[in-house]
Amino acid sequence: MTMFENLDLTKLVFGRLTWEAIPYHEPILLATFVAVVLGGIAVLGAVTYFKLWGTLWHDWITSIDHKKIGIMYIILGLVMLLRGFADALMMRAQQAVAFGDNTGFLPPHHYDQIFTAHGVIMIFFVAMPLVTGLMNFVVPLQIGARDVAFPFLNNFSFWMTTFGAGLVMASLFVGEFAKTGWLAYPPLSGLLFSPDVGVDYYIWSLQIAGVGTLLSGVNLLATIVKMRAPGMTMMKMPVFTWTALCTNVLIVAAFPVLTAVLALLSLDRYAGTNFFTNDLGGNAMMYVNLIWIWGHPEVYILILPAFGIFSEVVSTFSGKRLFGYASMVYATVVITILSYLVWLHHFFTMGSGASVNSFFGITTMIISIPTGAKIFNWLFTMYRGRIRFELPMMWTIGFMITFVIGGMTGVLLAVPPADFVLHNSLFLIAHFHNVIIGGVLFGMLAGITYWFPKAFGYKLDPFWGKCSFWFWIVGFWVAFMPLYVLGLMGVTRRMNHFQDMSLQIWFQVAAFGAVLIALGIASFIIQLVVSFVRRESLRDTTGDPWNGRTLEWSTSSPPPAYNFAFTPRIHDNDAWTDMKRRGYTRPLEGFTPIHMPKNTAAGFIIAALAATCGFALIWQMWLVAGAGFLAMLAAVIIHTFNYKRDYYIPADDVVRTEDARTRLLAAAHV
Amino acid sequence: MPTLKSLRRWLLLLPLALLAGCNTVLMNPSGDIANQQGRLIVVSTVLMLIIIVPVIALTLFFAWRYRQSNKEADYSPDWDHSTQLELAIWAAPLLIIIALGAITWISTHTLDPYRPLSRLDAERPVPAEAKPLVVEVVALDWKWLFIYPEQGFATVNEMAAPVDRPITFKITASSVMNSFFIPALAGQIYAMPGMETKLHAVINKPGEFEGFSANYSGAGFSGMRFKFHGLSNGDFDQWVQKVKAGKDGELTREQYKKLEVPSEREPVRHYAAVAPDLYDAILNLCVDRNKMCMKEMMAIDADGGLGKPGAFNIATKKAWQADTLTNSPTRKYVTAMCTTEE
Repeated sequence: MTMFENLDLTKLVFGRLTWEAIPYHEPILLATFVAVVLGGIAVLGAVTYFKLWGTLWHDWITSIDHKKIGIMYIILGLVMLLRGFADALMMRAQQAVAFGDNTGFLPPHHYDQIFTAHGVIMIFFVAMPLVTGLMNFVVPLQIGARDVAFPFLNNFSFWMTTFGAGLVMASLFVGEFAKTGWLAYPPLSGLLFSPDVGVDYYIWSLQIAGVGTLLSGVNLLATIVKMRAPGMTMMKMPVFTWTALCTNVLIVAAFPVLTAVLALLSLDRYAGTNFFTNDLGGNAMMYVNLIWIWGHPEVYILILPAFGIFSEVVSTFSGKRLFGYASMVYATVVITILSYLVWLHHFFTMGSGASVNSFFGITTMIISIPTGAKIFNWLFTMYRGRIRFELPMMWTIGFMITFVIGGMTGVLLAVPPADFVLHNSLFLIAHFHNVIIGGVLFGMLAGITYWFPKAFGYKLDPFWGKCSFWFWIVGFWVAFMPLYVLGLMGVTRRMNHFQDMSLQIWFQVAAFGAVLIALGIASFIIQLVVSFVRRESLRDTTGDPWNGRTLEWSTSSPPPAYNFAFTPRIHDNDAWTDMKRRGYTRPLEGFTPIHMPKNTAAGFIIAALAATCGFALIWQMWLVAGAGFLAMLAAVIIHTFNYKRDYYIPADDVVRTEDARTRLLAAAHV
Repeated sequence: MPTLKSLRRWLLLLPLALLAGCNTVLMNPSGDIANQQGRLIVVSTVLMLIIIVPVIALTLFFAWRYRQSNKEADYSPDWDHSTQLELAIWAAPLLIIIALGAITWISTHTLDPYRPLSRLDAERPVPAEAKPLVVEVVALDWKWLFIYPEQGFATVNEMAAPVDRPITFKITASSVMNSFFIPALAGQIYAMPGMETKLHAVINKPGEFEGFSANYSGAGFSGMRFKFHGLSNGDFDQWVQKVKAGKDGELTREQYKKLEVPSEREPVRHYAAVAPDLYDAILNLCVDRNKMCMKEMMAIDADGGLGKPGAFNIATKKAWQADTLTNSPTRKYVTAMCTTEE
């Protein structure tokens, strides 16, 4: 009886969510909120005005077409880039002014959330969606498939990732985000030292997005292994597909570790267990080990597809076969394996013995051997080529010069005694931005400009693209070289105030670099708008705007829903170059109906219910959480009874689509 | 051409930036361990530049040489393999890494923070009769406590050591993870609750140096700094006298519990005396006498545990953090079996 006497319905429904949780007393957040609301109203108004709700729902939100899902992933990544970068600008501004008596404009309570959110967003909701989006769009086209192995799962994965990102965004205006750093080490992230909702937002947004990432990994893995066109043996796969394969192997093997470690942390926070607490036999170092067993493969999950993109780009724009295809593949596989043997280098300074530290230091250095081989392979692909300096190629050369410096400082950090003085310093910050911006981000931007005409049927405007490139690359060097120097001055990361006035100039230079990068991002957005306006003059009617070498360039731009009317047969790893050389002619008749998967709203609905459940768990609204979980379960079960999962594109439609392409091609060749 | 001029000014700043990089605390420290670590950074960088510089130069050269408009350059679109070249491009980084790996193995062992010092600097070995100065370091929210067991006193946010005398640090923390770092003296090592890390170092030049936490530990982290004084023997004795006359009295367990409460930018404190078992109690998370020390808990567990009664030997209390936060979490702890002191 006493149990029910204490039952408080308000508490069960609203948990600890009260009006107090809305940060209306913080002017920065209030202004952001107003801007978001106005922007949101404008977008909703525009969608209504142009009557786009139908197409938005039927052609995009419920779409299971891998190309559309890929594009949506990339849009998600770019939108979240703006948020993550706004955080970066605020940090740079705070550190440029907060010296001596000036405490800056961000108190620790706010500043600490910003650097945590910046890291979480940039890795999980910018880099991951961009990588997954490009793999989603490109891989089926490159291997001659009509979609991925599990099309519905693909849509579901995307919405799980997006709703995870939504939860992080919600923390801006309802409650707060974690103040723990992006990996949320306990004991700091434990209940005792972070009792508020921040860490719970962290846990549930990553758990929900993590399900999406894992399932998309399974999906792409199955696609690459099972759905290659006949003749495409493993050693005839395009290098981007190879890197996608290795990345998805890493995802499938690494993400469950993240899920498990976050589950243990939630048990500590919700159920009173003591895995990582100080008392009752818990040990926080177990968390540190587990999170990095996921965390180190994670950086290779991001960089391998970028390497794949550079391989495609360098060979296309040098007009030459990729140098050392086999050694490129072996290098990728070696990196995949070694990435599991280096995690301890993230905490040499936690008291491991000298032999353990040496082992992990040396395994880390060994990774630079296959990586070095890759750089040389790109170099010798350029050798005796005919290099066209289109935008993707410029990003690639920018990458090669920037990335080798980041690689060098990385190997330096792998020398344990050097790490003892550089660990957690701004030198480390400069290092990983050097490889993540110079490697992953440049790679994604190269990929986006490279495959944009394939996705939308017109090229991106080169002028604004070049502005973006120069602002990015100069901005990067101006923003991060001072951080290397500051690191050597013994300045540590995550500081929100400094006493030593002599450091200020370096932070001001770095802030200026961040402004240059902001101009680079602005130029990129202008480039998208300008290209859309000028799309008729930038139109690609051939489907092969760059004189490409792999299968995706054999389709129209944009490709038809079914990608390939007939499954191609592969004889060479540069399949399309080989086809062009042998005088391939498109089949013009004999089309048959094509079996395709059907759109469904189930992915969106299940993911929305998962996010509701997550939000309720964050605020301890037990009733809502329970209801949300049951509804999610029900939606999953109901979806299993949906037998209308496929349909046939009638042969007539295929004929019409292919005839239109024939006319376009004829017009292009006049 | 004002833009060109300003560009030239920026270019002139570049070597200045490099020079600034050379004259920093990490490249030019005052303690032998940090000095060797700084030298190692230089050696490793030079070793890697052997491969990095040619790669950057070749990238730029090939990009320029094989540009599309240069019709004089060779063009071999199908050339994609050369066994000799591929052997070379795998072997070159391999050789560098073999060299660097050997340096890593040796230096990681010689500069292991747990290894007692064998030399004061490049010329002088540690004299046979030298007894290291022991300092017990506790990272608190958000200040540093230094206990000098030999001298029997404790300080907050200030530390000193005599020049050319080996120092042995024993490091732990009260609540969350921090990292103990004096860049001029030696590399950092984490300070973690319930665990002890060690560091051996020596300061070779007198001076006042910065010390701080290098691992983010919460709101007061930025102000978690202290001064480390390298002093001549005479000056160190004077400093010892000054602390022994400290106005903050004795650091008892009760005093420590007050000190442990989170606070920011604490002034320097000198405790003339310190409870002798305090550091051990902090390390074993049993400053509160009602709590069982971790070492006892482990000893009981190693002996097979208490069985079922162990489950009842648990109490709950509000954490001290409760004072500073609105929703007060409680924590469970294992109660002490009996205390001999009482």
